[in-house]
Amino acid sequence: MYGWEFPPSISGGLGIACHDLTLALSQRNIKINFVLPNLKKATHQKSHVDLISSSDVILQHRYQNISYEDFLQNIDLINVNSALRPYLNEETYIEFLREIQKLSLVTEESGESFFKLNINDLYGPDLLTEVARYAYVAGQIANNVDHDIIHAHDWLTILAGIEAKKASGKKLIYHVHALEIDRSGINVNPEIYRIEKHGLEQADVIIAVSFYTKNIIVKHYGIHPNKVEVVHNAVSKTKVSKIKNIIKKSPQEKIVLFLGRVTFQKGPDYFLEAAAKVLKKQKNIKFVIAGSGDMINRLIERAAELKIGRHVIFTGFLNREQVEEVFAASDVYVMSSVSEPFGISSLEAVLFDVPVILSKQSGVAEVLKHSLKVDFWDTNDLANKIHALVKYPALQNELLVQASEELKHIQWENSAQKVEEIYKASL
Amino acid sequence: MPSICFYFQVHQPKRLRKYTIFDINNSHFYEDEEANAGIMRKVASKCYLPTNQMMLDLIKMHEGRFRISYSISGVAIEQMKKYSPETLDSFRRLVDTGCVEILSETYYHSLSFLKSTEEFKKQIQQHRDLIKQEFGYDTNVFRNTELIYSNDIAKIAEELGFKAILAEGVEKILDWRSANFVYQPSNCNDIKVLLRNYQLSDDIAFRFSNRGWKEFPLKAERFTSWVHDLDSNAETINLFMDYETFGEHQWTETGIFEFMKVLPGFIMKHSSFSFSTPSETIQRYSVREKLNVPYYVSWADTERDLSAWVGNNIQDDALENVFRLEQQVYATANQDLINTWRALQTSDHFYYMCTKWFADGDVHKYFNPYESPYEAYINYQNVLRDFENVLFKQPVLI
Repeated sequence: MYGWEFPPSISGGLGIACHDLTLALSQRNIKINFVLPNLKKATHQKSHVDLISSSDVILQHRYQNISYEDFLQNIDLINVNSALRPYLNEETYIEFLREIQKLSLVTEESGESFFKLNINDLYGPDLLTEVARYAYVAGQIANNVDHDIIHAHDWLTILAGIEAKKASGKKLIYHVHALEIDRSGINVNPEIYRIEKHGLEQADVIIAVSFYTKNIIVKHYGIHPNKVEVVHNAVSKTKVSKIKNIIKKSPQEKIVLFLGRVTFQKGPDYFLEAAAKVLKKQKNIKFVIAGSGDMINRLIERAAELKIGRHVIFTGFLNREQVEEVFAASDVYVMSSVSEPFGISSLEAVLFDVPVILSKQSGVAEVLKHSLKVDFWDTNDLANKIHALVKYPALQNELLVQASEELKHIQWENSAQKVEEIYKASL
Repeated sequence: MPSICFYFQVHQPKRLRKYTIFDINNSHFYEDEEANAGIMRKVASKCYLPTNQMMLDLIKMHEGRFRISYSISGVAIEQMKKYSPETLDSFRRLVDTGCVEILSETYYHSLSFLKSTEEFKKQIQQHRDLIKQEFGYDTNVFRNTELIYSNDIAKIAEELGFKAILAEGVEKILDWRSANFVYQPSNCNDIKVLLRNYQLSDDIAFRFSNRGWKEFPLKAERFTSWVHDLDSNAETINLFMDYETFGEHQWTETGIFEFMKVLPGFIMKHSSFSFSTPSETIQRYSVREKLNVPYYVSWADTERDLSAWVGNNIQDDALENVFRLEQQVYATANQDLINTWRALQTSDHFYYMCTKWFADGDVHKYFNPYESPYEAYINYQNVLRDFENVLFKQPVLI
């Protein structure tokens, strides 16, 4: 399996989905070689020596340092040194490279030995070169590791999947969590689109995280619908920590939460416009925009322009613990995405007893029926629904009673069962 | 000598328009006139007009031996007058034959009995007055909203002078008894209760066009044979259903009209079978037993209880909120406000808020103009909030 992110470094829904699905599959006694791009971790001493010398070396080891080792006995993690991360685009990739460079400099200053690190010797100078480099290196693993199925997650790894298929001749499954169409709307990067289309064509089976995504695959990529299976994401109950019981919601001031990357795709601007409309009718509400992204500055300016700055809080990027805290304190969760293939965070919100308003342009709306739904562009409707949730407590109660019941059936075990069926059918 | 007692329910709610926070305190008009007009005209052309014509023809053809009854809600009559007067005329022609009985109900097809006996009685009187005015007719028999029934409701109906009341013939109240006889509420001495034969009623109202049903397609001969089979152990076979069964729930293409056109003839081929209205039925047959129903039963869903209208958080909250205003509304003595408030009690508003089975999608969805029960509640609450604001600015006259 060519995937993304494993604990402790999970930054978004893709990582959570990869991790939780893999776990559920391993419980079904499916052995997984999980290949993921990773920066070669600096060791305590002479870190960069190691870093340089192992630039293209594949490390294979059992994942250590975990409490649920039993579950993981079926998973081998294979790290491939690469600067790829989910959600990168051309600019953020370059930025990321600069950060890695900076990090290595810090080590140089504090370390005893000195080695000049040229980042470009390690990683591709631009995102697409890095993707291609990763594809080649990671694809070769198929020569050395026994496997029956190749399963790749999203465009950044699909080329690796295709390389692996060339090497071993096994069936290739392309698991689509997001597409360039979702991420960029009309400003589609043609190169990325081409890689995705190529991957979708080369794959033997495509798994889409929702019917919404399947529809985009069929409509925008010209793929035959029979080739696309839908396996919805889920949420794991263990996600709720004690924080839920410690933090109490304030009865005086309601908190309405946006959580996610503050980018075009997530529609934070619609959230802000709706906030302004609600605030004209109802003052005792705080609107929290939690996350980082390229639209932050524009939104701060817009909030000032709308004269609602006092009521809007920008938190910046939150770590897992902070995410839980903000969920626990919130009264309404809004997912105003322009295009959301799934949207696991809204299921998490329900776990924290926060009723949700979902964009109709989302996959999660297919499984979470007991939610309020809006077209992302309809900020009047969004304002109307935020107001109702804040103002009419019975609405919140009924939504939570019903949604919590619904959540019992939205489990990774069910998703894993479907994936296993797809595996068996393609063997 | 059994008889068939047909009763048809005619009701159309006054649906609310989409009413958001931006309307609160800005617009005090709540009705979706466009939708209501459109639906009334559509149902009139698909159901009311052709079915009324068919019934009129049947009554003439059988020279008065085919007899039926209707309950038409006040809000339905109001909308007929406004959007489809020819429909009301065709009902008048039916009543004029003398073979048609009109029943009483609450004017607003409301759930008022749950919260206020006074309000319940007022709305029954309002409906009685309307029937008198539109049809020159004095009602004798009561049926409550969606056939909701209990000892208490029967008692009130008796106090108001009704001779009979209708209810669902569900096992949990019948036990070993048969629905096909006349009963008396256990706490009453005068009023009788007629019980719906739900098997035979639902064969027509629900199963008729169901291709998965083993009796599909149902022919009038076949249905008649089931009725005739009851000969020796039935006195009244009560077939109660929504009138929209004809042409609306069961489309013309299903053959429902052809079925109904020949049914009376087939049934009366057997000389001991005839048709009666509810008032005639209770005169023809004597009470078999007392019937004790200490809780509510209805004809809705498989549960046959109140759970389609009350019981979840949003339904209970909305119902509580509207009835909280009762005193204040009457204190204004403003008839427009009183009527607006009463229209907000119509049971359909609460039916739309039912979360039971919502995720599966079913009959509730079909009748629901809202995308979800939550949308229904939000809209209703917004309207109520505005109404409250208007109400509390009114001078108190009483």
